[in-house]
Amino acid sequence: MAENAIELIGINKSFGAVRANRDIALEIPRGTIHGIIGENGAGKSTLMSILYGFYQADSGEIRVNGKPTAIKTPNDAIAAGIGMVHQHFMLVENFSVLENVILGAEGEALLTKSIAKARSELRRLEKEYGLEVDPDALIEELPVGLQQRVEILKALYRGAEILILDEPTGVLTPAEADHLFRILEQLKEQGKTVVLITHKLREIMAITDNVSVMRQGTMVATRKTSETTVEELAELMVGRRVLLRVEKGEAKPGAVKLAVKNLTVKDSRGVTMVDDVSFDIRAGEIVGIAGVAGNGQSELMEAVSGIRKAVSGTVMLDGTPIDLTGQADPGELRDRGLAHVPEDRHHVGLVLAFDESENSILGYHDKPQYLKGPFLNLEAIQKDAQDKIEKYDIRPANPRLKTANFSGGNQQKIVLAREIEQDPGVLIVGQPTRGVDVGAIEFIHKRLIAMRDQGKAVLLISVELDEIRSLSDRILVMFAGRVVGERGPETSEGELGLLMAGVEHKEAAE
Amino acid sequence: MSTPYAKLPAWADYGLIPLINLLVAFAVAGLVVLLVGENPLRAAVILVEGAFGSGQGIAYTLYYATNFIFTGLAVAVAFHCGLFNIGGEGQAYIAGLGIAIVVLAFDSTLPWWVVFPMAIIASALFGALWALIPAYLQAKRGSHIVITTIMFNFIAASVMVYMLVNVLKPAGSMAPQTRQFLEGGQLPKLGWLLAEFGLKVRPSAPLNISFLLALAMAFLVWVLIWRTKLGYEIRTYGFSSKAARYAGISETRIIIVTMLISGALAGMMALNPIMGDQHNVPLDFAGGAGFVGIAVALMGRSHPVGIVPAAILFGMLYQGGAELAFEMPNISRDMIVIIQGLVILFAGALENMFRPTIQGIFASFSPRSVGIAAKGERA
Amino acid sequence: MEFVDTLINILNSTIRVSVPLLLACLAGLYSERAGVFDIGLEGKMLAGAFAGAAAAAVFASAWIGLLVAVLVSVGMALIHGFASITHRGNQIVSGVAINFIAAGSTIILGQAWFQQGGRTPSLPPEGRFGAIHLPGADALRDVPIIGQLYSGLLSGHSLLTYVAFLAVPFTWWVLFRTRFGLRLRAVGENPAAVDTAGISVAWLRYRAVICTGILTGLAGSYMALAQNAGFVKDMTAGRGYIALAALIFAKWKPVPAMFACLLFGFLDALSIRLQGSPLPVIGKVPVQLMQALPYILTVILLAGFIGKAIPPRAGGVPYVKER
Repeated sequence: MAENAIELIGINKSFGAVRANRDIALEIPRGTIHGIIGENGAGKSTLMSILYGFYQADSGEIRVNGKPTAIKTPNDAIAAGIGMVHQHFMLVENFSVLENVILGAEGEALLTKSIAKARSELRRLEKEYGLEVDPDALIEELPVGLQQRVEILKALYRGAEILILDEPTGVLTPAEADHLFRILEQLKEQGKTVVLITHKLREIMAITDNVSVMRQGTMVATRKTSETTVEELAELMVGRRVLLRVEKGEAKPGAVKLAVKNLTVKDSRGVTMVDDVSFDIRAGEIVGIAGVAGNGQSELMEAVSGIRKAVSGTVMLDGTPIDLTGQADPGELRDRGLAHVPEDRHHVGLVLAFDESENSILGYHDKPQYLKGPFLNLEAIQKDAQDKIEKYDIRPANPRLKTANFSGGNQQKIVLAREIEQDPGVLIVGQPTRGVDVGAIEFIHKRLIAMRDQGKAVLLISVELDEIRSLSDRILVMFAGRVVGERGPETSEGELGLLMAGVEHKEAAE
Repeated sequence: MSTPYAKLPAWADYGLIPLINLLVAFAVAGLVVLLVGENPLRAAVILVEGAFGSGQGIAYTLYYATNFIFTGLAVAVAFHCGLFNIGGEGQAYIAGLGIAIVVLAFDSTLPWWVVFPMAIIASALFGALWALIPAYLQAKRGSHIVITTIMFNFIAASVMVYMLVNVLKPAGSMAPQTRQFLEGGQLPKLGWLLAEFGLKVRPSAPLNISFLLALAMAFLVWVLIWRTKLGYEIRTYGFSSKAARYAGISETRIIIVTMLISGALAGMMALNPIMGDQHNVPLDFAGGAGFVGIAVALMGRSHPVGIVPAAILFGMLYQGGAELAFEMPNISRDMIVIIQGLVILFAGALENMFRPTIQGIFASFSPRSVGIAAKGERA
Repeated sequence: MEFVDTLINILNSTIRVSVPLLLACLAGLYSERAGVFDIGLEGKMLAGAFAGAAAAAVFASAWIGLLVAVLVSVGMALIHGFASITHRGNQIVSGVAINFIAAGSTIILGQAWFQQGGRTPSLPPEGRFGAIHLPGADALRDVPIIGQLYSGLLSGHSLLTYVAFLAVPFTWWVLFRTRFGLRLRAVGENPAAVDTAGISVAWLRYRAVICTGILTGLAGSYMALAQNAGFVKDMTAGRGYIALAALIFAKWKPVPAMFACLLFGFLDALSIRLQGSPLPVIGKVPVQLMQALPYILTVILLAGFIGKAIPPRAGGVPYVKER
């Protein structure tokens, strides 16, 4: 038998114009734990979905145990001995553990025998790998750590020799994560191959034998874990990009505009996403929040702008307290001079089916200058939109064109123009240049600097470290819902990367 | 199907595709006509002649269209807010009660032009109230508005039977209906208007002044949806509830207000048969018009400019269908119900069936016309 | 004794009016449990009733009638599947369309083929499913209570009645004891879980929709071939919607579905029986209130005042593979 459990050769995959995977080559030796690391959107999940037959590659070859294998559906992958634990669990919530385990692998038409067989098989797996879980418990009653265990059991029950785990620790507490790692070690001892997809350097260092680094759809390096360092991986992950130089003068911070104290926010599942966060932003400065996506930045931003209810904490805007735990209303915050450019412009910041001028008043549609009594003042709205189009160089320069027909950069300019031109005291900006072309990036960055120089307070949230570093006057790093450090803009990427990966935080706590 | 539909030019999107869907619906209806052993083309000719061939036909066509304009607008307003109001039938039916209360109280003492505005308000009010409970349950308790409005149709039917049999029926009468309205409860006919154009219309033709009210409502709905702040908020919520939240629009308020408007429009439909034609409140006067509204709204793409012609088309089918039943004994007016179903199927549930093909054709002729979306970036 | 007779009479008619509700309700259960909402039960039932009556009249065979009813009903179910599974159309809109197509075409075709104002010809005995007398029913007739119940209530129904009630444990068994049932329930809750387990979501849902078609076909057959002797226009008269209400009331579970249908059937039977005469204790209850009660109860349930009716989680949402 070949010594590689999996070989990928020349894998390419595009979604529309986006090339998610470019010419990927990868070898994963049998009986090892192989890490795949990269930032969000680097193409890790796409690659693994191709391996699992959920998507099909545009070109390239997959070899399993040395044999070229066509994997067109998850069935093919299962037959080839590949199992996958998805980031979002593929479990039926109101089914029992047993029912979830046998789903799709029932064996025969009647369940009684298959359930009995699964029950004894689960008992065996339980002993062998320390995967204890009550087979009759309903999934919705289990904590996430145990749900994940069910996903692993599902794969093992199907005879998986190769187990892919996609960001498995994202939803786990540190103790649960440690338990998971012990399970993975055990799987390795039994000769299984484990592929661990993550963006957390600590995990890579703690458990993998080899690590491959992905960046912007390409595989940039593969190292033996024992022969590399966190610093090297962080640099490979982030890459040495062309630094977008942004001309800016010295910041002249003034009075505190926005003060957040002990803010705690939970998501719809009740998981704490923002944990007792406090910070100030002064007039005339840009404060950037760096962090890997999913560490609470989005929830923080939504709570401060009134879209999401906070659990506790106070927020002062220009010295007046705002109750974000009650009926927080984005409209009221807007009236008080807090503008918000949301991360998700397609579903939140814009209504894509609206024409440009309609989007240029979204959220400000009850301002008197846009109304004549109960009616929209179309003339004023059109003129206003036309002004913004000229000022922000939005193309095509047609306020009546459907917003969906503008490019990403121009859509973002529509949102920015709307929020900035209302002359707010505080501007919260999420991912200002995601999916935006280079020309527009520069324009947007200049605008944000200009805001600062006019004495506004800007809170910038971005997963682009470059952007945070080049724009911010102060950088806060968020990890697992907490602000784990404050740094100046001159801080190296490596240092920020470590903070973002929770390394120093972890060490400090220990 | 990970690639979204490419963009088509607006005229194809709003004109060509709906037209193709409509043609397919009528083609299938033609097959049914063939199946019962008649010639579909001849049927179509009789239908159109019956509807538009005489002044009398036109008067009837527009009379039916009046009902469908109201109910079509009702469904369309809810659609704009992302709500499916299947309850137009029940809302219209209950509105009959409001009209009965007003007219029975005042028809002997006041002239029609005083009673009419009061009846408009009463019908709108009762229709809106019947939509309020499903709206409240959707907004506050998340009960699916489709199911609750269906249930409310049946409840309305029971309420009305009870009211007509036990409360509104005059003593000594057998028929479950109110007494005949006096002059104050009868709306002026519009036959003379058609006569101005040289058409012959008998005075009995039911076309009446509520047709003008329906047109006025179509205009007001257009104003509401595209020219007012409220309409802007309704559309925002209908396209994206997240964007509405971001814009500070209250979900509860917008759902309830929209459904009240929708119910009020459906309710006004009751004016046409009750005050305009029958001059009493009989059983089952809504006669399915609430459901025709669904087809009308889908066909008219929820825009008054589309709804009015779609309503006239269905009015034509109703009137022409009656003529057709004379000429072709195998075909009754129920043919309309089939066409209505087919229009809902092809213009509604299967609206995107032909899209990929059409896009393929467009792309092969002119790749640039569909190229805009391909440049779109990652969602 | 008279009270027992009256009671047996009411219960007997309860069973009769419950059967089409029960069959349609179980029909909806298959589809909705698989995540395809179906407000087109009414239309499929109506089309089935017409097709069954027409075929039974032409061939003078109840069995051929049944077969044709099922075929036509399945055909309409497949149209719903084509729109909502293959083309990911709006399931509500598609269901509404089915109802209208059925309502119109049964009348038009009936009139064209039989020329009796939308009716089908009255069926001869061999075109109907007659009453089945259980063994010993006559002998036990005079035994008080037990004998009366056996011969008056259990015996003397058509084959389809027994099929309907047997379909309840059968459906339970299919859902909870077979591979198909497990997958069907899974696809209504989380189609992505089914997809990643290597099972085709579309094919699974199509099979569920076919089950719906078969059962609505049976429901229609019962109405046209057992309860009545032929088809009359609009003979389902909203029963498809009551079945839908019963399904919600039963929280999409087979055994509670039976009780919900029996309850709604009982209300119906009672209102026919009473015809406005006063009830003990409560006094006079308007017939219309009794008729509206199923709908009122369902709305109250939907509002969450008596327990919460939680539909299958993926219901009404076309499955699109996530990127």
